[in-house]
Amino acid sequence: MKKGYYGDFGGQFVPELLMPPLLELEEAMRTIVPSPGFQNELNALLADYVGRPSPLYRCPNLSKELGFDLWLKREDLNHTGAHKINNTMGQGLLTKYMGKSVLLAETGAGQHGVATATAAALMGLDCEIFMGQEDMRRQALNVYKMRLLGARVHSVTSGTATLKDAVSETMREWTGRIADTHYVLGSVMGPHPFPTIVRDFQAVISQEIREQMLGQEGRLPDAVLACVGGGSNAIGAFYHFIGDASVRLIGCEAAGRGVDTPETAATIATGKPGIFHGMKSYFCQDQYGQIAPVYSISAGLDYPGIGPEHAQLHDTGRAQYVAITDDEAVEAFEYLSRTEGIIPAIESAHALAYARKLAPEMPRDKIIVVVVSGRGDKDCAAIARYRGEELSE
Amino acid sequence: MSKIKNAFGPGKAFVAFLTCGDPDLDTTEKLVLSLAAHADVIELGIPFSDPTAEGPTIQGANLRALSGGVTTDQIFELVRRIRKQTAVPLAFMTYANVVFSYGTERFIKTAAQAGMDGLILPDVPFEEKEEFAPVCRAYGLDFISLIAPTSRQRIARIAKEAEGFVYCVSSLGVTGVRSQITSDIGAMVRQVREVTDVPAAVGFGISTPAQAADMAAKADGVILGSAIVKLVERYGRDAVPHVAEFAQKIKDAVRSVS
Ligand SMILES: Cc1ncc(COP(=O)(O)O)c(C=O)c1O
Repeated sequence: MKKGYYGDFGGQFVPELLMPPLLELEEAMRTIVPSPGFQNELNALLADYVGRPSPLYRCPNLSKELGFDLWLKREDLNHTGAHKINNTMGQGLLTKYMGKSVLLAETGAGQHGVATATAAALMGLDCEIFMGQEDMRRQALNVYKMRLLGARVHSVTSGTATLKDAVSETMREWTGRIADTHYVLGSVMGPHPFPTIVRDFQAVISQEIREQMLGQEGRLPDAVLACVGGGSNAIGAFYHFIGDASVRLIGCEAAGRGVDTPETAATIATGKPGIFHGMKSYFCQDQYGQIAPVYSISAGLDYPGIGPEHAQLHDTGRAQYVAITDDEAVEAFEYLSRTEGIIPAIESAHALAYARKLAPEMPRDKIIVVVVSGRGDKDCAAIARYRGEELSE
Repeated sequence: MSKIKNAFGPGKAFVAFLTCGDPDLDTTEKLVLSLAAHADVIELGIPFSDPTAEGPTIQGANLRALSGGVTTDQIFELVRRIRKQTAVPLAFMTYANVVFSYGTERFIKTAAQAGMDGLILPDVPFEEKEEFAPVCRAYGLDFISLIAPTSRQRIARIAKEAEGFVYCVSSLGVTGVRSQITSDIGAMVRQVREVTDVPAAVGFGISTPAQAADMAAKADGVILGSAIVKLVERYGRDAVPHVAEFAQKIKDAVRSVS
């Protein structure tokens, strides 16, 4: 198989200017990441700073209501409130080992931006974040946090002023200053080796689920559900189960106002193969390959593509991808808060919404794990608005 | 023999770039016909929604063209019309997805039959060109390779397989006018010449006749994009005489060092 490909998907579709830093990163991935020094330092950070392992929690109330065993993987309890920090600790540390001093990152919901700014503050690196103007409005609290952490936040006004435009702008910025700068891509997307690097740093999620489930129940779960924007929390949660055919892997995309409307971000449901943002994968696009202006209530899932490894898992049928509407996600957001006392990120609520949909067909003895990829504080104002209520934070 | 390669030399060449459909296809047609009198090769940009190698100027042109509803099929029609009126070598410049989503072979075959001579995809590096280059070869299009100031030991490998011309990216960053070009262009061009007789043209950031003359002295040709697009942005449908006047100045500057 070709280097950097997952089946037909992946690759390095970037300007020549970016090839040298990508090759340097491949080299760092081969030599630095597996070294005991790096691994020890990263594991210490994950334990003492991030707070890993995150709990795998059996929901008593939801399990009773839904009629199967529902467990939550609590990535919302990580420092900074989402899975994104698993990746930024890894890439931040790698940046230091590579002798670079500046972190660049795109962000959608702001979670990856906050996690990158946090890594930069901790590790003494400079940090510049690119965020769509529309997302800065939707996620004002996270913008404040990034600045508080010492990052510069740049408003991106091109295109739809959301996540895809933030990625494009960060790539543009990176082509201008590669020598001292590392681009901390926030999901399992972009050119090789990012999909692999980010996957490897997020795979701790499935490694822990596996150990925790075997330790507590003595068996593997029957299904693992996670929301999919670019797909990093999902691939992290799937990775160590890919070889176990008995474990269903289900990725939940954002349908927005519905997959039969133009206001959707469900890439597998509505996209087709394409080449964009450095990778060959599925993308929402028109018949001439113009990237579609996608929409979701969730800024973190509002992306017109999906990581290449997911594209392959979809094509081979190993994982299944479903689409959840804004309405369904908001209901799940409220339902988990009310029933279990856990306010999830609106992104994660997409995965929980599908668990509710599975209830009628799921036998009692089944164990389902849903990843709560983040906590919902950042979304409260937007959900209140969605319900017609004005909050001032 | 490559029409594009032939357009270089014996003197230095001027390669001009335009975004098709900015502000509309009729204007693009007039601009191309007028530029054909001054430029040795013309790059026709097919607009893309998310041009990640482009600075604000060409991003704006892409946006204006797409909001006008321009499509790849309409641009093929434009090329057929242009080809009836001029033999100037033409290369498409666009992004991988525009070609891939159309069907790579279908796109390249249609382009060749319409009269195109080359294809430039700034988001397809050497490592990924197998997706496009063999198909281009089969239909007689030059697949243009790019090198950058950071390419160093990659230059020989890339240039060895180059067709048409080698596109030397002058500086780090995206397209757009620059007051100064600080990279050692001469060294890049020498590395190219060590392995191929395919000409080397410098682009990214060149906007004045003086810069064009300076770069032409170090290479086989110069590529101007953003400076032309700025005139189109400023004068819209009335841009033709302004672009022609500018192109004449660039051509004179480039000739002065030939
Ligand atoms: C809490 C949360 N979950 C999920 C995502 C989606 O990203 P990914 O699909 O890479 O996990 C985001 C992105 O911002 C997020 O903040």
